[in-house]
Amino acid sequence: MGDPHSATFASEPLPPVGIGDRVRTWWVIIRTALAERMAYRGDFALGTLMRFLPIITQIFLWGAIFDAVQTADQGGADSSLRIGGYNFPEMVAYFLLTMVARAFSSMPGLATGIANQVRQGEIKKYLIQPIDLVGFLLLTRIAHKLAYYTVAIGPFALVFFLCRGYFTDGLPPAHVLIAFVGSLVMGFLIGFFLEAAIGMISFWTLEINSLLLIFMLFSFFLSGHMFPLTLLPDSIGWLVNLLPLKYLAFFPAAIFLRKIPDEELAGELILEAAWLAFFIIACRWMYARGVRRYSGYGG
Amino acid sequence: MPIIEVRELTKSYRVYRKREGLRASMRGLFRREYTEVEAVRGINLRVEAGEFVAFLGPNGAGKTTTLKLLSGVINPSGGTATVMGFVPWERRNEYRRRFALVMGQKNQLWWDLPAQESYRLHQQIYGIPEDHFRRTLDELTDLLEVTPLLGQPVRELSLGERMKMELIAALLHSPEVLFLDEPTIGLDVIAQHTIQRFLRQYQERRQTTILLTSHYMKDVAALCQRVVIVAGGLVQYDGSLAGIVDQFSGKKIVTLQFAAGNRPEDLARLGTILETQWPRVKIGIARAEVPRVLATTLRDYAIEDVSVEDPPLEDVIADLFHQVS
Repeated sequence: MGDPHSATFASEPLPPVGIGDRVRTWWVIIRTALAERMAYRGDFALGTLMRFLPIITQIFLWGAIFDAVQTADQGGADSSLRIGGYNFPEMVAYFLLTMVARAFSSMPGLATGIANQVRQGEIKKYLIQPIDLVGFLLLTRIAHKLAYYTVAIGPFALVFFLCRGYFTDGLPPAHVLIAFVGSLVMGFLIGFFLEAAIGMISFWTLEINSLLLIFMLFSFFLSGHMFPLTLLPDSIGWLVNLLPLKYLAFFPAAIFLRKIPDEELAGELILEAAWLAFFIIACRWMYARGVRRYSGYGG
Repeated sequence: MPIIEVRELTKSYRVYRKREGLRASMRGLFRREYTEVEAVRGINLRVEAGEFVAFLGPNGAGKTTTLKLLSGVINPSGGTATVMGFVPWERRNEYRRRFALVMGQKNQLWWDLPAQESYRLHQQIYGIPEDHFRRTLDELTDLLEVTPLLGQPVRELSLGERMKMELIAALLHSPEVLFLDEPTIGLDVIAQHTIQRFLRQYQERRQTTILLTSHYMKDVAALCQRVVIVAGGLVQYDGSLAGIVDQFSGKKIVTLQFAAGNRPEDLARLGTILETQWPRVKIGIARAEVPRVLATTLRDYAIEDVSVEDPPLEDVIADLFHQVS
């Protein structure tokens, strides 16, 4: 509807908001969220470093598995042994790379954060202020990731340097590297919109912890975080391959290790982009419906 | 042309009724019973620009629901409302940049950061020009005496200081309409007083239209020329504070101080005895009867002192709330 009466009341009207202002707003949100992250430096740094511990157990575990399989098969060492299409150095490289992928796609606290805001009514803020909740959360999440990478880049570099021997093929060619980076960025966005959409369910049920737990469990196995998805038997492998969870860990690592043939690479990335579009729409749609329900209901 | 116009506004909620006990909880998994709660049942209200209006009413009267409707947080079940020509629940950005809502302790400030960081963010979100921002912030922090606290993380501030910071956050974009829900709840007397004084000065200076809900009659008496009493989801009274007593209290309180040794036993015939502390007696007397009763009393008894007062406003309002509920 129009605004025929505004002139009567406006004493000192605020100027209209242009695209330049909008970009500046995004930047200020990111800066503020960065400052907030830094408020608990100690906890933050410790949490970042602890992430590297599991990789050591993975190396030992898979070392033992490869040894055991080899001994059982031939009673001797054979570096050509492959499990799920991966030899031992590739397997270690795979886990190092999924660690990088998870650093992009994991969204700790996003869904529960949304649920808490809905339950405690803080969501009101986004209804009253001229600001979009999803955009705001995305910007703060980008800030969290930037803060994380700043702290983690040193340890990451060290671990990759120490483990450089496992990357037997060296760096992949440029087009693969570009695809890898693209898959990481899309992995971040899929992770964000997927988990934000789960958070939006709280508009209907308020309590989403059990649901989230189930999702995490599935995500843990079916994203390739635990093992390369090629290890799965064909009977369920094809189904898992259709799911979008692989983009959270398996897919970027597989690209880097050249497990995805060049001729399929573009198609796979387009498919990933389509999933991303799906989750953006799903998340937006749920938010719009959720707010309507919330505002129709009270709270 | 009123700045706020509300017609026959209604809002009902569907509330899940849970019975006591585990068995009922199990049953609730499959079949739920809901009841309709009518929080607002047909509110009519016109507020002119620059008015400072108080919403009074018992808990659950529909005050907060009305403020939520007017700020677009919730959609109504029926009726219409416009604020500055906008329909609040359409939540247009043009509207959202021109009003503010402060709800008790629900904070819009970042807990772990100094308030000034949140203010900078507000500046961007609302598109406040730098000079406007500086001027307003200086004015507000000065009036509320919180300038030294701007750099301190919000979590380290006291409740009263936090409330002041919340107010500043809400006023930075110079809203033309301000909704305040219990701005002094839980604060000590000094902080209450500061916030009252601030609101009065601010409103006088800016002529902002303010709707305030509060349980503290002192807030209302200090600030608002106009009082709207809401109870049972309806407007029960709309007028001046003093008018409440005229309209709803049919009686006066007469205090008689008897001369020494004078202790009459038949005082109940004068009215309702409210308090007896010989030689002083407080009696509630119907307004119209006061002249006649006083004349009789002065004629029949030896009286040293007499005073006639209106009953305390709190009592009148409490009675009124009681009657409605």
